[in-house]
Amino acid sequence: MTKTFKIVVLAKQVPDTRNVGKNAMKEDGTVNRAALPAIFNPEDMNALEQALRLKDRFPGSEVLLLTMGPSRAAEIIREGLFRGADGGVLLTDRKFAGADTLATSYALSMALRKMQPDIIIAGRQAIDGDTAQVGPQVAEKLNIPQVTYAENIISFENEKLTIKRRLERGIELIKTPIPVLITVHATAAPCRPRNAKQLMKYKHARTLTEEQDNEHNSYLPIFSLDSLKIPEWGVTDVGGDEINYGLSGSPTKVKKIENIVFQAKESKKLTSGDEDINSLIKELISSHTIG
Amino acid sequence: MNNIIVYIESENGKISDVSLELLTKARSLAKELSCSLEALLIGHNVTILQDELFSFGAKKIHIADDPRLVNYLTLPYSAITISLFKNEKPQIALFGATSVGRDLAPRVSSALKSGLTADCTSLEIGDHTDTKTGKTYKNLLYQIRPAFGGNIIATIVNPECRPQMATVREGVMKKEVLDSPVKGEINTLDAKSILNDTDFVVEIIERQIEEKKIDIKGSPIIVAGGFGVGSKENFQLIFDLAHVLGAEVGASRAAIDAGFADHARQIGQTGVTVRPKLFISIGISGQIQHTAGMDQSSMIISINNDPNAPIHQIADYAIVGDLNEVLPKMIKSYKKNSK
Repeated sequence: MTKTFKIVVLAKQVPDTRNVGKNAMKEDGTVNRAALPAIFNPEDMNALEQALRLKDRFPGSEVLLLTMGPSRAAEIIREGLFRGADGGVLLTDRKFAGADTLATSYALSMALRKMQPDIIIAGRQAIDGDTAQVGPQVAEKLNIPQVTYAENIISFENEKLTIKRRLERGIELIKTPIPVLITVHATAAPCRPRNAKQLMKYKHARTLTEEQDNEHNSYLPIFSLDSLKIPEWGVTDVGGDEINYGLSGSPTKVKKIENIVFQAKESKKLTSGDEDINSLIKELISSHTIG
Repeated sequence: MNNIIVYIESENGKISDVSLELLTKARSLAKELSCSLEALLIGHNVTILQDELFSFGAKKIHIADDPRLVNYLTLPYSAITISLFKNEKPQIALFGATSVGRDLAPRVSSALKSGLTADCTSLEIGDHTDTKTGKTYKNLLYQIRPAFGGNIIATIVNPECRPQMATVREGVMKKEVLDSPVKGEINTLDAKSILNDTDFVVEIIERQIEEKKIDIKGSPIIVAGGFGVGSKENFQLIFDLAHVLGAEVGASRAAIDAGFADHARQIGQTGVTVRPKLFISIGISGQIQHTAGMDQSSMIISINNDPNAPIHQIADYAIVGDLNEVLPKMIKSYKKNSK
């Protein structure tokens, strides 16, 4: 028998931080996701490609996506299916709301315990927070090794993966047993485009919530097809202690949010006098422009 | 107990700049909190680095030295860090926001169920009142960081969990040795008893790390000089300002052709393009060949004694004045006003 893997790709739907408007933040300091264009987190795309390449090399392997978010994050699963994945799970529950990286990694790790993958692949970081924390935190919760900043999964021999890491000033080749969690760096190969066959096959894939919201559902009885059902899991599906989810499971709190967009492009004229220089430096310090 | 611990990174017997910057910052935090500053050093043959750490204000150094720890590996390094934090219960733990710190700190925070804030640009001490419970927390670590692609600055606190953990990027905080260093204490950690064979299931089979190069592209603050700086001696003032601000030095082509600075620092059409959050331009007239490489900076401060220099047009703050007068004033003001 040839070797096959069960691979789960952790992917996140993120607000496109290159197009941030005024309503980006809610009063409580959390992100107002509804007001922003939502995209597939770029490095998670690189992660998906690494998973699909493993599947190419080890036919019979299965690539599943796991994403956590509101109902519309099902788009992430569909995008993955269009590009070659075999399925996915949307982790969604009001009780997950307000999660920081620790509560997020707890929720993901509980879902992963249920999915039992051999290999977990995620983007190194998401562009909304740039923290790079969730991958290592999930690995710790599952008590498995982690390989971060991966650029290429090179081979699988003698029950070990060889992985190339891209660091600030060089590279490292790592050998690791499985199960393992790998986070993929932006310098890795870009994701393949959508596949026409997959697109036709999965264009009607949806979650039960989406199906119920669909006003045309009486004309589209396709939801009876199991392969088109995107499962939605909540706290009751993955188990665990409720206190560890969402806001109550998040040790970090947002104290304050300041907008620091320097849009005024009118030059302010200053003299070389002590007073002008002093007030400029004080302003730069108070706006955290200099530390 | 309840001290500040800074994780020290080293490569080939040299402590990384970010670790020394963190010690400098943590020194003032420790003073404000009246607690002790400690360092955690993991590696092989790293004890020789202790004097440098003392000279940056560490009062106590926890050292785990073992041949198997010669290079950073997630599992053994996190096992040692977790074990130390469980014993010492520091109130604050700081890491560099490098590929090492960003691999290690989240693993440790998850094991300790402690809050972690990534890539902070500023750390302060202050109080916090929970808006829901009304409970007030004294002397928390304010972890200040940009988010949303730099569009907002968020202040994060960890009211209940200890240690309060943060990673900080290299080059955003200044690095200063103590005027009169005091030799502190060494705590040797027993790596053999903490580590298991299962901590070494992941192996490094090859490693190619280059020496650190000049990296003006990656620096959040750039201080750049032009032909108007006048001489190589005057250019030293630019390095001095960059040093206190934790900035990188850039130059216009004319300044490089005149031999004031190294080629790797050239900004403009024939050099590199930069987009730092702060660009301080000194003695640069502002020809398009140069400004094409820096006009996307978030904030530009120009210093030029010619009131008609084009650079003043694109600057947010235009200072008409002599750099020999303005730069020392900026350095003095910064030293006075920064914590």
